[in-house]
Amino acid sequence: MLDIRDLTAAYGPVTALDGVSFTAPEGKITAVLGANGAGKTSLLRTISGLLRPTKGTAYLAGKDLSRVPVERMSRLGLAHVPEGRGVITELTVEENLRLGGLGRSARAKPADLERIYTLFPKMADRRHKTAHVLSGGERQMLVIGRALLATPKVLLLDEPSLGLAPRIVAQIFDLLKSLVESDGLTIVLVEQNARSALSIADYGVVLNLGKLVVHDDAAVLAADDKLRHAYLGF
Amino acid sequence: MQQFLTTALTGLTQGMIYAAFALALVLIWRSTRIVNFAQAPMAMITVYIALVIIDAGYSYWLGFAAALLSGLLLGAVVERVAIRPVEDKPHINAVILTLGLFIVIHALAAVIFGSNYRSFPAPFGLSGFRVGDVNVALTGFSVFTILAVLAVMLLLVLLFRFTNVGLMMRASAFNQEVARLLGVRVTRMLTQGWALAAMVGSLSGLLIAGGNLVHPSYMDSVVVFGFVAAVLGGLDSPIGAVVGGLILGVSLSFVSGYIGSEVIALAALVILMVVLLLRPGGLFSHAPARRV
Repeated sequence: MLDIRDLTAAYGPVTALDGVSFTAPEGKITAVLGANGAGKTSLLRTISGLLRPTKGTAYLAGKDLSRVPVERMSRLGLAHVPEGRGVITELTVEENLRLGGLGRSARAKPADLERIYTLFPKMADRRHKTAHVLSGGERQMLVIGRALLATPKVLLLDEPSLGLAPRIVAQIFDLLKSLVESDGLTIVLVEQNARSALSIADYGVVLNLGKLVVHDDAAVLAADDKLRHAYLGF
Repeated sequence: MQQFLTTALTGLTQGMIYAAFALALVLIWRSTRIVNFAQAPMAMITVYIALVIIDAGYSYWLGFAAALLSGLLLGAVVERVAIRPVEDKPHINAVILTLGLFIVIHALAAVIFGSNYRSFPAPFGLSGFRVGDVNVALTGFSVFTILAVLAVMLLLVLLFRFTNVGLMMRASAFNQEVARLLGVRVTRMLTQGWALAAMVGSLSGLLIAGGNLVHPSYMDSVVVFGFVAAVLGGLDSPIGAVVGGLILGVSLSFVSGYIGSEVIALAALVILMVVLLLRPGGLFSHAPARRV
C-alpha cells in the first residue's frame, strides 16, 4: 500500500533520512521505532510532503507522492497526524471533525460525524466546546477521529502515546487495532514507546541516525534481545 | 443632557468606524501575524475610485459598491504580489513592506487624483433628528454607518461560523501545517483573508469620507485609532476589535466633548496604557492554551 523507496531528506546540511526503503502492507500496522533523532518524524514529514525528499520517493498505492502538494495528500487518501499538535484548540470539537471531512478522498461518501461520536461518546457531549477543554487522551482521540473522517487509505501517526498515562495509551492502541480490522486501514505508527507499539503492530521498522537498521515482523523484533537493548530501550 | 446624548451618539458612530478598521487589521494579523500599515491608503484609494464614479454622474451606491469591490480585489492583489514573496521570511520584512506600500499608494493617489481636498457626498441627511424640543445628534448618515458596520460584522460571523470556507480560513489562521495536512489550500485562504480585510477597510474609508473632504492622507489618523482599538481588543479577536473600537470611539468622544479635542490622542494613549497594564493581552485575549 505504502512503498518507501530510497527516501532521503535533509534539513539544510543535516541529513535526516538516508536511503530508507520499506513497504507498509495494506490493512496492517507498521511500527517505526528508534531513539530520539533517529529520523522517525522526518520520515512521516517526508512522506506527506511537509519535507521534500532530496532523493527517493514514497508511493501510495502505486502513485508517486514526491511531487504532490501537501494539500492534495488527504484527497489521495493519506492522513498524517503530526506529533502533539494535531488539535486546533481554538476551534470547537465539532469544527475540528468537520475540517477532517472537508479534505476527504475524492470519491468518498460525506463524512459521518455520528460514527465518531459513537466511538467517543465523551466528545459528543462537548461537541460545541472549544477543543482546549479536552484532556491529552481525548485530544489524541479527536485527531484520530478527524483523520478517519478524511476516509484515508493510509494513516500516519506520530507518537500518539506522547505524554499520556499507560491506561489511555492502551485504549488508543486498542482503538487503532479495531480500526485496522473494521476499516482495512493501513497504519504507519511512529513510537518512542517501542514495547507498546510492537504489541499491536504487525511489522516493525527500526531507524538509527536516519538509516534503516532492520525491517521485520513485530514479533521477531520484540524477541530480539540484542536489538531491543541497542535501539529500543527495553 | 442634550450634550451627553450628542456626545455618546457621536462616539458610537465614530466607534463603529474604528471597529470596522480594527476588524480589518485583526483579520490580517490573526492569519499572517502581519500588521498591515497599508490598510489606510488601500482604503483611501478605493474611496477615490468611488469618488471618480460618483463625480462622473453615477449614483452614490454604484460608487459604494465599486469601492468595496476594488477593495476586495486590491487586498487579493497586494497579498499575491507583495506579501506572498516575503511570506517565509521573518514577519518584520512583511511589516516593513506594508509601510513601504503606505508611502507608495499615497504617492500614487496624489499623482492620479491630485492632492487637493475634494468633497465626498453622503447618501443620507447630515442633520440630526428633533424629538420634542431636544436635538438628537443622530444623523441619517450615522444611522447608516452603524447599520452598515453591524451588517458587515454579522456577515463575517455567519461566514466564519457556518460556512466551510469560513472554517477553512479559521483553520489556516490558527494552524497552517495542520490545515494543509487536512487538505486546506492555505495560500488561497490567506489571499481570501486579505481580500476580505481590505474590503472591510474600504467600508470604513467610505464611512469616514461620507459628507466629508477626502485627500490622499484623510485616513491616516484612523490608522492610529484603529490600531489602538485592535490592540485593546487583543489583536487576535474580531469581537475584541469591535468592542475595542466602540470603547475608544465613545471615550474619545467624551474626552473631546467635555475636556477638549486637543487631548484626544493623549486620551487614546492613556486608555491603551491602562488596559494593557490591567490585561496585557488585551480585553479579549484567550487564556493561554493548556499544553498537554
